Amino acid sequence: MTIYIKNEIDLKRGYKTMNWKEDVKEMVYQGRIKVPYTWTVGEVGSRFFIELRDKKKIWGDKCPRCGTVFVPPRKVCSKCYSNIGEWVEVGTKGTLLTFTVVRYKNNLQSRDAPFAYGIIKLDGADTGLLHLLGEVDLEQINIGMRVEAVFGEDRKGEILDIKYFRPLKEA
Amino acid sequence: MERVGIIGVGQTKYEREKRETFGEMVYEVVKKALDDAGITIEDIDNVVTVSNDFWDGRTISCMAVADASGAYGKDTSTVEGDGAFGALYGLMRVLSGAYNNTLVVAHCKGSESYSSAITNAAFDPIYERILGIDAITSSALQAKRYMTKYLLNEEQFAKVSVKNHKNAKNNPFAQLPLDITVDDVLNSRMLSDPIKLLDASPISDGAAAIILSAERQAKEVSQNPVWIKGVGYCSDAYRIGDRDLAEPNSLRRAAKDAYKMASIENPLKEIDVAEVYDAFSYQELLWMEGLNFCRSGEGGKLIDEGVTEMGGELPVNPSGGVISAHPVLVAGLTRIIEAVLQIRGDAEKRQVPNAEIALAHGINGMCGQSHCVWLLGK
Repeated sequence: MTIYIKNEIDLKRGYKTMNWKEDVKEMVYQGRIKVPYTWTVGEVGSRFFIELRDKKKIWGDKCPRCGTVFVPPRKVCSKCYSNIGEWVEVGTKGTLLTFTVVRYKNNLQSRDAPFAYGIIKLDGADTGLLHLLGEVDLEQINIGMRVEAVFGEDRKGEILDIKYFRPLKEA
Repeated sequence: MERVGIIGVGQTKYEREKRETFGEMVYEVVKKALDDAGITIEDIDNVVTVSNDFWDGRTISCMAVADASGAYGKDTSTVEGDGAFGALYGLMRVLSGAYNNTLVVAHCKGSESYSSAITNAAFDPIYERILGIDAITSSALQAKRYMTKYLLNEEQFAKVSVKNHKNAKNNPFAQLPLDITVDDVLNSRMLSDPIKLLDASPISDGAAAIILSAERQAKEVSQNPVWIKGVGYCSDAYRIGDRDLAEPNSLRRAAKDAYKMASIENPLKEIDVAEVYDAFSYQELLWMEGLNFCRSGEGGKLIDEGVTEMGGELPVNPSGGVISAHPVLVAGLTRIIEAVLQIRGDAEKRQVPNAEIALAHGINGMCGQSHCVWLLGK
């Protein structure tokens, strides 16, 4: 790479400046960071995933003090700071709190756009679960819609053991 | 509480793919802020840098700018989060009595990495990240919830984009000054319903710096320090599923605290200009509600009635806002700088006449998990 430097008189300031920037073809350095992690799920999260994997059941936990039912479950209530010890099974059905239809693609998404995300309040829970919506007409989704979990066949003990939530066809 | 003033400010022009390195951007704004205050780097006794390791692509990212910020041989510390929170830390340092002139400087180059991957990494790695959710799609979930709960429409969001991109034409630092119509916004490419390309802020590079000083020093060095009248800050739940995304509760609390400190009872009447963190068009309306400029669900009414236009009762984002330039981490500090310029009467073509009280607002976390509200005045 050749760098040309030319000196110019800056008339306004009256002294010499090196206005060489225009002549430099600046370089970029391309890198990539790829670092493996092993994140501890913890005892509460592990039980949640084991129930998903082995029994296709969704469990939350209930704060003994304020009664909030959390899904996914957690060890300490984020509202009143109490220790949570009581497990409650919540439904695999729930109500859609909000949704979006994603129209752009990138390699992080677990499906090809267009597809939909939703936040689902499962029956018996007080918090919403972020997940995918599937088997659904993307133009016909609405807030308040009833949905149900569809479980994968080959479950590994992770959040995608629920493949997605689909509209519930209630009798 | 001792009064604390902002005695100097500096910002870069915000652009995509700036040619300056992190250090060069930081040096530029620190030098501008020092010159603005009429002091030298020797007068600074401590430095707060604002950076993020994922965005910079290196751990302990603050050290990339230690030299450029003049931090050698000084007490230096870092905030990983929005610059408004960096300024808050700087303010606390001054108020501790242990520090004098305090430099706060933020930098980010969004164009050097992959925004979607970095914002995806803000989500829980065990329960959420694998779904591919990122800043745009999670904000779309919030926008949809907000407009459905309170019956707002996409035209109202589009009007915010039109107003702010038009305001950006008066701001030489803005990245996207645009003459666009509501139809242009509505017809722009859908990213994630209801957010379209022109509802979203751009990928930006830039840096910003302010110098804080307690009254005892501020008056010695500066002709016209801008005084901090009130500050409030508050956080909500981390997981977006734990919150009602249509209710900016942590902003309500932050605003309430800031108003109390500044003795403001009727914010819409008493505040002359506001710079808020509109990363997406809908956010300006939602934050108006959180800031108590209107009641819940009435954010759309403010834009419909022209209240927040230049010349309206409360001009919001005369600079063009975050939607016209979004250097992540820097943007909240930029809001504070714009508020300072308004109070000093130095905002040139974007000046709101006779601005006595200005509000600046920064956010941290997905969908406005945390908020920091500043009230500045003469």
